[in-house]
Amino acid sequence: MKNYIQDIERALYDVRDEDKSIYKSDAGLTEEIIRDISARKKDPSWMLEFRLKSLEVYKKIELPKWGPDISELNMDEIVTYVKPNAKQVDDWSQVPDEIKKTFDRLGIPEAEKKSLAGVGAQYDSEVVYHSIQKRLTDLGVVYTDMETALVEHEDIVREYFMTLVPPKDHKFAALHGAVWSGGSFVYVPAGVDVKIPLQSYFRLNAAGAGQFEHTLIIVEAGAKLHFIEGCSAPKYNVTNLHAGCVELFVKEGARLRYSTIENWSRNMMNLNTKRALVEQGGLIEWVSGSFGSHVSMLYPCSVLHGEGARAEFTGVTFAGRGQNLDTGAIVIHAAPKTSANINTRTISKSGGAATYRSAVKVTKNAPFAKCSVNCESLMLDDESRSDTLPVMDIEGDEADIGHEAKIGRISEEAIFYLMARGISEEEARAMIVRGFVEPIAKELPLEYAVEMNNLINLELEGQL
Amino acid sequence: MLEIENLHVKAGDKEILRGLSLSVGKGEVHVILGPNGSGKSTLMNVILGHPKYEITGGKIFFEGEDLTALKTFERARRGIFLSFQNPEEIPGITVENMLRTSKQAISGEKIKVLKFHKELLALMKELQIAPEYAGRYMNVGFSGGEKKRNEILQLLTLNPKLALLDETDSGLDVDAVDIVSSGVAKFHNENNSCIIITHNAQILKHLPVNRAHIFLNGRIVLSGGSELVNEVSEKGYAPFEVES
Repeated sequence: MKNYIQDIERALYDVRDEDKSIYKSDAGLTEEIIRDISARKKDPSWMLEFRLKSLEVYKKIELPKWGPDISELNMDEIVTYVKPNAKQVDDWSQVPDEIKKTFDRLGIPEAEKKSLAGVGAQYDSEVVYHSIQKRLTDLGVVYTDMETALVEHEDIVREYFMTLVPPKDHKFAALHGAVWSGGSFVYVPAGVDVKIPLQSYFRLNAAGAGQFEHTLIIVEAGAKLHFIEGCSAPKYNVTNLHAGCVELFVKEGARLRYSTIENWSRNMMNLNTKRALVEQGGLIEWVSGSFGSHVSMLYPCSVLHGEGARAEFTGVTFAGRGQNLDTGAIVIHAAPKTSANINTRTISKSGGAATYRSAVKVTKNAPFAKCSVNCESLMLDDESRSDTLPVMDIEGDEADIGHEAKIGRISEEAIFYLMARGISEEEARAMIVRGFVEPIAKELPLEYAVEMNNLINLELEGQL
Repeated sequence: MLEIENLHVKAGDKEILRGLSLSVGKGEVHVILGPNGSGKSTLMNVILGHPKYEITGGKIFFEGEDLTALKTFERARRGIFLSFQNPEEIPGITVENMLRTSKQAISGEKIKVLKFHKELLALMKELQIAPEYAGRYMNVGFSGGEKKRNEILQLLTLNPKLALLDETDSGLDVDAVDIVSSGVAKFHNENNSCIIITHNAQILKHLPVNRAHIFLNGRIVLSGGSELVNEVSEKGYAPFEVES
């Protein structure tokens, strides 16, 4: 384990920017609070210990010294982010109007709206959820929330939990280790092909998705899974820090497709850590959409640990007014003949800032690695910003690395062309943006592609 | 159908059209001849309201309506079509999708997807465009000739009242010009009109030309019948410089 984890850390810090320390102290978070969280969740004793160790690590590590400015986060009052986790808004009337309006515009039914906003008590999809559960159980698949997994599959959780993203990885990983709550657990036994995509959407309410949720997915040798996390409706939380963690284990010859569309409310600092470990001949496919939040730092990482392991990353990021979205991907080639494709589209509008940041690392142990990066950015006006920061560190022999980056503005001539065909200016812009993200949209399940298009239209109207 | 009165147009500080008047009746075909830089393309773009150009004097009327306050898409919805000299590439939007959206926007009616698809494929066959191009992104990776044929496909699909063809025949080989020319002839009838910019008489082969105009320095210096087309191909524009 040690080697690749060290590699990960190095890769992460390879994308470091100039120093700008904003760390002070974090008086708020105490052992007592952690013990209280742990007791409420009825953790086994090893988990309590894990939380306490993470707390120690958390106190020692500083905030990341690169990337967007997150100084608005008051780390002195970190406890105020952590504590309200247990009770999100419990009254629909407290949910801001803009969020309600978005639910309406996306055509989400009343009951689900409340659930998505974290205030619903009854959730109509409960039945759907249970019927899916039955089919999966018959296949030997485990699909449940992390709390239940910790009781019913304690040995598996203990073997894998935060081994791929260790608390010492960065400050928010440590925080996550100390205060994590909720999330999904999936275990697919060897050789099982889970034909239907699993959607965490169905059990948002059941698990009470919070802002420190943990996702742990293990796909055993030769098995196949498509997991879809979240939905495109904004998740509203009273607090404004999200530090989730996703750990994906793809064993020999297994395939996992992990799709997310994240659309957090506009006060959210989204500091999410996602990582996959891919063994020999395995395949991880990421499909990642980042829309909401105030600030995002999100770089899903694929560790290609076994010979011939593969990673495909497809991402789209849309930054509007007041948003600074710093997204991308990390790939670590740690075995021979591993290959990866990174394909991203970023859009910025109305003064939003979108940064594409990636790190590709080929270790000495990875001869004949193949990696191609294609990142394109589109700025819809003069006040918006777009940056591309790809880092490559190649040590392995015979590596085949390709990189293509394009940053451009929306073409006024293209808009004129569409308008000359009777299409209104607003629709012409929307068509061009939809066309720009089309390579990503076609990777999504239909209903998500439709929702992503709806989101783009909403973004372009500036009404979100 | 189209009345242009003493039109003056600037792009930035540069005056490009300097007092241009033109009248095109219903059912007529007009040809515009002129050297590069004489303002021919500018006129086409101005008729559709390209934001780059500023009208400093004069008016443009289409079916009696003053166009100058209308946006480009409103002019297109009134029935004006421009076949672009350099058609834009639009990644991610298929030819079929764009044309359906466009037809829907112009006609204001909901288009039936399957029926539209069939009609489109039939037209593509006539224009010798391979059927898979319906699913390709608009003009992306198309050759020059394919782009021009794609413009004629749009002309025939949208069936406007006034077609402006800006060097639709340039850069094409003899066979391709013939396809384009037949396409325009198929479009044209007594209820619609064409203004064709060309350097080449071949595109006019299947069309009854009513008037030809010679453009120099942002003005029409001479108007006449189709015989002007041959005169220009033989002698060039030098003899007309005197008249301007």
